[in-house]
Parts: sequence; structure tokens; C-alpha cells
Amino acid sequence: MVGNVPLLKRRPSVARLLAGRGPTAVICGLGSACWDVAAAGDHDLNFYLWGAMGGASLMGLGLALAQPDRPVLVLTGDGEMLMGIGGLATIGVQRPRNLTIAVIDNQRYGETGMQHSHTASGVSLTKVAEGCGFRRTLPVATEADLDMLRAQIHGLDGPVFARIRVEASDDPRVLPTHDGVDLKNRFRRAAGVE
Amino acid sequence: MQTEWPEQLFARLVDLNIRQVAYVPDAGHARLIDLCRGEESMTAVPLTTEEEGIALLAGAWLGGERGVMLMQSSGVGNCVNMLSLATTCRFPLLMLVTQRGEWAEFNPWQIPMGQNSGAAIEMMGGLVYRVDDAADLCDTVDGAGNLIFNGSRSAAVLISQRMIGRKVW
Repeated sequence: MVGNVPLLKRRPSVARLLAGRGPTAVICGLGSACWDVAAAGDHDLNFYLWGAMGGASLMGLGLALAQPDRPVLVLTGDGEMLMGIGGLATIGVQRPRNLTIAVIDNQRYGETGMQHSHTASGVSLTKVAEGCGFRRTLPVATEADLDMLRAQIHGLDGPVFARIRVEASDDPRVLPTHDGVDLKNRFRRAAGVE
Repeated sequence: MQTEWPEQLFARLVDLNIRQVAYVPDAGHARLIDLCRGEESMTAVPLTTEEEGIALLAGAWLGGERGVMLMQSSGVGNCVNMLSLATTCRFPLLMLVTQRGEWAEFNPWQIPMGQNSGAAIEMMGGLVYRVDDAADLCDTVDGAGNLIFNGSRSAAVLISQRMIGRKVW
């Protein structure tokens, strides 16, 4: 609970965000973010990172620069974002309008036993993103906030940083393919570059 | 030739259709970085640490663009786990590495990583080409670039410290 508002649940939040995604490409940081996106429905324009911790936001940046008219959404967890926190500064230099970084923040390392992350001690990724020059930063705590974020993903007026505060839950794993070559090739075909 | 290699190398990168240039500022690459920053067809992306570049260039490839990373040997160690992204998914990855910690090095702190940059790349599944003579540089980069973009591999070209010249302290 934050005040009187119950915390968002991660699975329905991600599904709501991806509804009507159109041409949006989604890069998922390793761990629960991948299972959330897979649970919302597999898609050729989803790229699931099963490793490379800390790399999700930069992978989104490279893609956003290469395809400036396509909305690019990076969905990742607080732990993964913390490991690549310098990447927010690198994105702040490039400032691509089509890039959204959305951190699903449960304040935990879900894959290793739900240990607290730095955000549980009050570290604000949103303030870091603000300081790095993101054009829009959005705290997301309600379904209405999620709908606003979904509009911003498609608005091409970023870069957008959103911290989606969710309850700490242990949802059943929904595992997408972990064949990296297959993920890459199917993505490139769907993106029209192969 | 000694002082012209950055211009010649830049021309080869243009020929290779390189569109994203990831780099951490580096004295050896300074001229090449300036040329890339001034080139309209390229986006130059300064990084806070080299491992960002591995992920950046993977994303670029997903979007249909070729990239290159310009870095110093000390940065190779920063990349080790992230190189699993390139190796596992067979993303093309071209790294041009200026060597420290070898010929006439003044700073002993550069030696451990500089002496092991090639081994670290190979350990993670990348190919390593070493250049000691500026006359060989462009052909080596061109050959490595054609191999990695056609063959979906990662490769580093190590540019020797002797070729770049002594750092004046």
C-alpha cells in the first residue's frame, strides 16, 4: 500500500501497457520482466534477455537510434536497471524521442530469492533519470498512470522514463524461448531488416 | 602513414556502412572519434563504460544498423560478461582496441589488462587480430568487418601501443 492506494500487480500492469502495441518493439531485461512480457503474449518484436544483466536499456538505445520512427519500449526490473545505471546517462546524451525505459520496481531481486534492491532503501531511479536529461519521467502507481504511460510510449516525444511501483509477488514463470539466435533472427525479420 | 591512419581507417568504416560508433574517450582513437562525430551518416555514442557498447550495438543490429566500438585495452575487461550477449545470440560485433600496458608503458596499472585484452576476447568467443604496423591496419579492419557482418561473429582488432606512439607524461 502507498497511502490508501493498493500497489499495482506486475502481470496485469504489463499486459495493460502492451495492449494495442502496434509496431512497438520490446526489449525485456532478464528475469521477471521477461516472464511478464511472455505472459502477456509472445511477439516477434519481443527480445528477451536471459543474461547480459545491465544491458537492456542500452540495447533499447541502439535499436531506437536505428529505427527512429518505431516506438521502442525497454521493460526491465529495478535490479537490472541498477546494474546498468550509467546507461541512463548515455541515453540522456542521445535523447531519442522513440525510447521508453519502464522499470518494474518491486524493490527486490526476484530470481535470487527476493532480496531487497537499492530502491528498497529509497534510491530513486526516477530522480537519476531526471538528472540524466530524460524528457519525461513518470511515476506509475495506478491503472490511470499506466494508460498515460502507454500513450507516451506511442507518442514519440521521449525519451521517457517510468518507474512502475508494483507489489512483491512470486508469479508462476512463463518462459519464452531462450535461443538467442532465433530471437535475433525473428526480430530482424519482423522489423523488416532481414 | 604514421599520422594518416585515422583518416584512412575512418574511410574504411564509411565503406563498411558503419552507422553507430560507440566509444569511451581515448587518446589513441581521438582523431578517429572526432571524424566519426563529424560524419552525418554516423551516430557517435559516448559511453560511461565499454560494456554498454556491446548491448548498444546488439540493439543497432536488431534495427538493421552496423556499428563499431572504439575502446582502450583497459575497457576490454569491463565487457567480459556482456560479451555473452554477442556470443550467445551471434550478434556481429567489431571492436577496435588501442593497446596500453605494452611497449614503453609508463603506468604499471595498465599492464595487467593490456597484456590480457586479447585473451579476454578469445575467452568469450571473439576473434582477435593484432596490428603492429600502420600499413596493415585498414586491410585488417576491413577484413575483420567483412567477416563479422557476414558471419555473425565478434572480433577485436588490437592496435599496438608502439604503432600509436609513446604517451608523454
